[in-house]
Amino acid sequence: MNGGVQAVDNVALLPAYLAAGTAVLVLLADLVVARRGVTLAVAAAGAVATVVGAVLVGRGGPRGTFCAAAGCSYHWTGRAALVAALFGLLTLGVLALSAPLLRTGDVPPGEYCFLLACSMTGGVVLGAANDLITLVVALETLTLPLYVLVGLRRRSRSGAEAAVTFFVVSVVATSLTLLGAALLYAVTGAVHLDALGTALAGESALAHTPLATAAVALVLLGLAFKVAAVPFHAWAPATYDGAPLPVAAYLSTASKLGGVVALLAVVSAALPAEVTGPVLALLAVLTMTVGNLVALRQERMVRLLAWSSVAQAGYVIAPLGALAVAGGRTPEAVAAALAATVAYTVFYVVLELAAFGAVVVLRPAGADGGAIDRYRGLGRRHRFTGAALVLALVGLAGLPPGLAGLFAKVTVVRALLEGASTWLAVVVALNAVVGLAYYVRVAALLYAPSPTEPAAGIRPAWPAVAALGAVSVVALVVGFAPQLVLDVAAR
Amino acid sequence: MSVGQVLLAATPALPAVGAAVVALLPAAADRGARVVGTIFAAVTFLASLLLYADRHAPSGSPVPGSAPSGPVRPWHELDLAWVPGLDLRFHLGVDGLSYPLVVLTALLTLLCCGYTLWHVPGTPREGFAASGAGRGRTLVALLLVVEVGILGTFLALDLVLFFVFFEIVLLPMYAVIAGWGGTAEPAEADPEPGRTPGPAPADARRSTPQQAAARKFALYTLFGSVLLLVGVLTVVTAAGTADIVALTGGAGLGRGTQLTAFTLLALAFAVKSPLWPLHSWLPDAHTQAPTVGSVILAGVLLKMGTYGLIRVAVGVAPEGARWAAPVLGVLAVAAIVVGSLVCLAQDELKRLIAYSSVGHMGFVLLGIATLTATGIQAALIGNIAHGVITGLLFFLAGAVKDRTHTGALAELGGLRETAPRLAGLLGFAAVASLGLPGLAGFWGEAFAVVAALERGGAFWTVLGVLAATGGALTAAYLLRLLRRVTHGRPAPRVARLTPELAGAELAAWSPLVLLALAIGLVPALVLGIAGEPVRSLLEALP
Repeated sequence: MNGGVQAVDNVALLPAYLAAGTAVLVLLADLVVARRGVTLAVAAAGAVATVVGAVLVGRGGPRGTFCAAAGCSYHWTGRAALVAALFGLLTLGVLALSAPLLRTGDVPPGEYCFLLACSMTGGVVLGAANDLITLVVALETLTLPLYVLVGLRRRSRSGAEAAVTFFVVSVVATSLTLLGAALLYAVTGAVHLDALGTALAGESALAHTPLATAAVALVLLGLAFKVAAVPFHAWAPATYDGAPLPVAAYLSTASKLGGVVALLAVVSAALPAEVTGPVLALLAVLTMTVGNLVALRQERMVRLLAWSSVAQAGYVIAPLGALAVAGGRTPEAVAAALAATVAYTVFYVVLELAAFGAVVVLRPAGADGGAIDRYRGLGRRHRFTGAALVLALVGLAGLPPGLAGLFAKVTVVRALLEGASTWLAVVVALNAVVGLAYYVRVAALLYAPSPTEPAAGIRPAWPAVAALGAVSVVALVVGFAPQLVLDVAAR
Repeated sequence: MSVGQVLLAATPALPAVGAAVVALLPAAADRGARVVGTIFAAVTFLASLLLYADRHAPSGSPVPGSAPSGPVRPWHELDLAWVPGLDLRFHLGVDGLSYPLVVLTALLTLLCCGYTLWHVPGTPREGFAASGAGRGRTLVALLLVVEVGILGTFLALDLVLFFVFFEIVLLPMYAVIAGWGGTAEPAEADPEPGRTPGPAPADARRSTPQQAAARKFALYTLFGSVLLLVGVLTVVTAAGTADIVALTGGAGLGRGTQLTAFTLLALAFAVKSPLWPLHSWLPDAHTQAPTVGSVILAGVLLKMGTYGLIRVAVGVAPEGARWAAPVLGVLAVAAIVVGSLVCLAQDELKRLIAYSSVGHMGFVLLGIATLTATGIQAALIGNIAHGVITGLLFFLAGAVKDRTHTGALAELGGLRETAPRLAGLLGFAAVASLGLPGLAGFWGEAFAVVAALERGGAFWTVLGVLAATGGALTAAYLLRLLRRVTHGRPAPRVARLTPELAGAELAAWSPLVLLALAIGLVPALVLGIAGEPVRSLLEALP
């Protein structure tokens, strides 16, 4: 800040520029060239450039811009780089999985890729957001294009219904968060996360006023919608099932990642742990238990994955539940909880993308997930795709050979035990048993004898197959070398 | 790396490589794949045998931290970093506690793989031809993966690694039971035995009995292993290390932590062993599993529980063990008595043998619960003897069921009239199982009772007497089994049998027969090498 004119650190903003530029370029390419392949290629190249930019800027150490006396609104750290890179990679993966859908002509490719790129922009900024307003704006930039994407299919009633459900619920959630943020501003006069953290720190009288407590709860509950945590989860199964498969994949990975990042930002820096801890512990227990139990009864593939992703959200926020007890609020325990949340999220998005990728490849182009029974015996005919789906499902269940999922569970349980929350660790562990029941049902069905001869083989689009292969390899690699993930998560 | 370390790494790595190779072979080369798998199993067996050699060489303990005075003195040790963030090291070691189990695992897997060369369970039915090709190949690959998990569990000297290997076993075993289990042909439920097996009826929509049994197995054992996870991590976070060598003796753990950890760990291992009343997954799993699955399951998979109890639960949380020993002892004796009584009322061959496992493992657990040198030695030799004898029993029961397509005792009978060799072997295995002196089963059961009496006091004396009574009941039900199956007039299904045994069957069974004799006559085979580690383990207990 010199002479009233703010210096803008354009290097710190480079990843955001790249992501936004991708959106613009995609639109231009669609206008000028108007060929599906080119549009997709431009979007994919933009996503790759965003990843590279995010990593390069992240290596240079933390940078901030848009600074005021209270702090910087935009803070590019190692974790922001990780989040941005993840968003870029997820967008890339979802673009590849969208190839069969775009080929059917049910969806306009230019608009589709543009909206995905817009959503990615929101995600990239979200990782760096350091005040409540930037945070909410970034989160909405991430979510807004998704309303349209969910309902973008022509002649699809279920898509429109899903979009409306998603829109209404999400808008309510956002207004809750905004109300909470406004109340917090009224109590403390601050919007920057660090300033809020100082104002609400343990010994200050402000933290214990009923208004502050209500505001904190409102912010948390609004964000709980985004991660589809119980009791704000009901939109997820309906929306996932009505959306095109790749969009459902994006919703259950990138959109959920966005919610987790936002939660982490407010919990780690801004809000008092005495209030957030019990709320999050309760949310985690409810989310994983309800998600797992309802998933047991699902008959449709995407709904099963949706309920399982609800349960997974419970595991994601479980480490933060350790903040509920005093033993979990020591600096080491808090650091372990935050790192475990990030690590679990990374493992989860990899496995979830692999699961959706395998479903996309196994199904006809543009089809929805279908009934689980339609997958009977598919693993025998599609050896590698079936194996990839089993690897992903078993990983989500947290068992070998899905070592990535196993280590994810180990990380969470360990963080909880370090935070002196043995009871929550036992709840997580027992939920894993319930989870196995439905994951293994699907996995076994893939190899069950099928009484009918299969329909003629489907030739899946090569980008989708390549994406599935790549994400499966990533799942295997982080399974054998989980330290890679733990290292970036601890930063 | 010394020769010992290479062998140590090779023992779990060989079957892993073998499984990958077998799985990648084309389905058309089914027989070739089975041969390759058997070769890998054989080489693994050789590597596990060679672990015994060179065990006192100084190169065996290159890690400075493991001074030879510690409570765990591995012959060979391999310690590599894997995931420092989770305190997970790839730390393997073998000593007198684990060596017999390692060899037994490798031997039984080899025998099972060899057995599949001759016979793949569950001949494919019509209507899903795709399921026929490559069935034997996949089964062998799964057996090798199970072997990786079991060997790794016995060799692991890192708590988190122990847990990882413990979990590896679960899903492959599920697949073996669900995919190859049940009756080989639908003859059992079929009213007309002559009918050709037709396409699977509408029940293909519902889950079959073997799937239900497999799911019960998977969920039950996962319940155990998640408790193991919490228990292990409780220890690791409290102690700051996962090294079993450093943790044995309970160093640095408070009493509260030890009690919590022991409760969680003992529950986990009690499910796996299984200890009454957590045993109910076992009979279903055994009844539905294919012969090779039953052999592995009873022969070595259950031993992961008892081994874990000795190595991890007692070793790491000894105060907890002392505190919980009476409860463990009571449950073990209850398992012996209840298992025997249930066996007396059983009408199904494999189910009866499965329940007999509950009783036999009760003796093993009683030995551990006494926390005396005699008791733990009895547990170790009981483990091995049960693995050998019950493995043999399940092979024989499988042979009977494959020939007669029934396991109902009422439909068997007079086996010695038409198949005298099979009946003779069954008699031998049953007599070994009931603990006749001079055969392997005797030592474990007798010395578990002796250990309880040695422990003294009214409580342990009563337990010892009750266990001895249970031993008498064991003799009663096994003799009943023999009377119903081998004696009497041949039942219609038995009358069709011919006396021949296949060469593959003899090859698979004879090592077990010889081992049952050898361990019975020279128990020092097991006790000799187990004596020193048991002593040092007990010395480390407070």
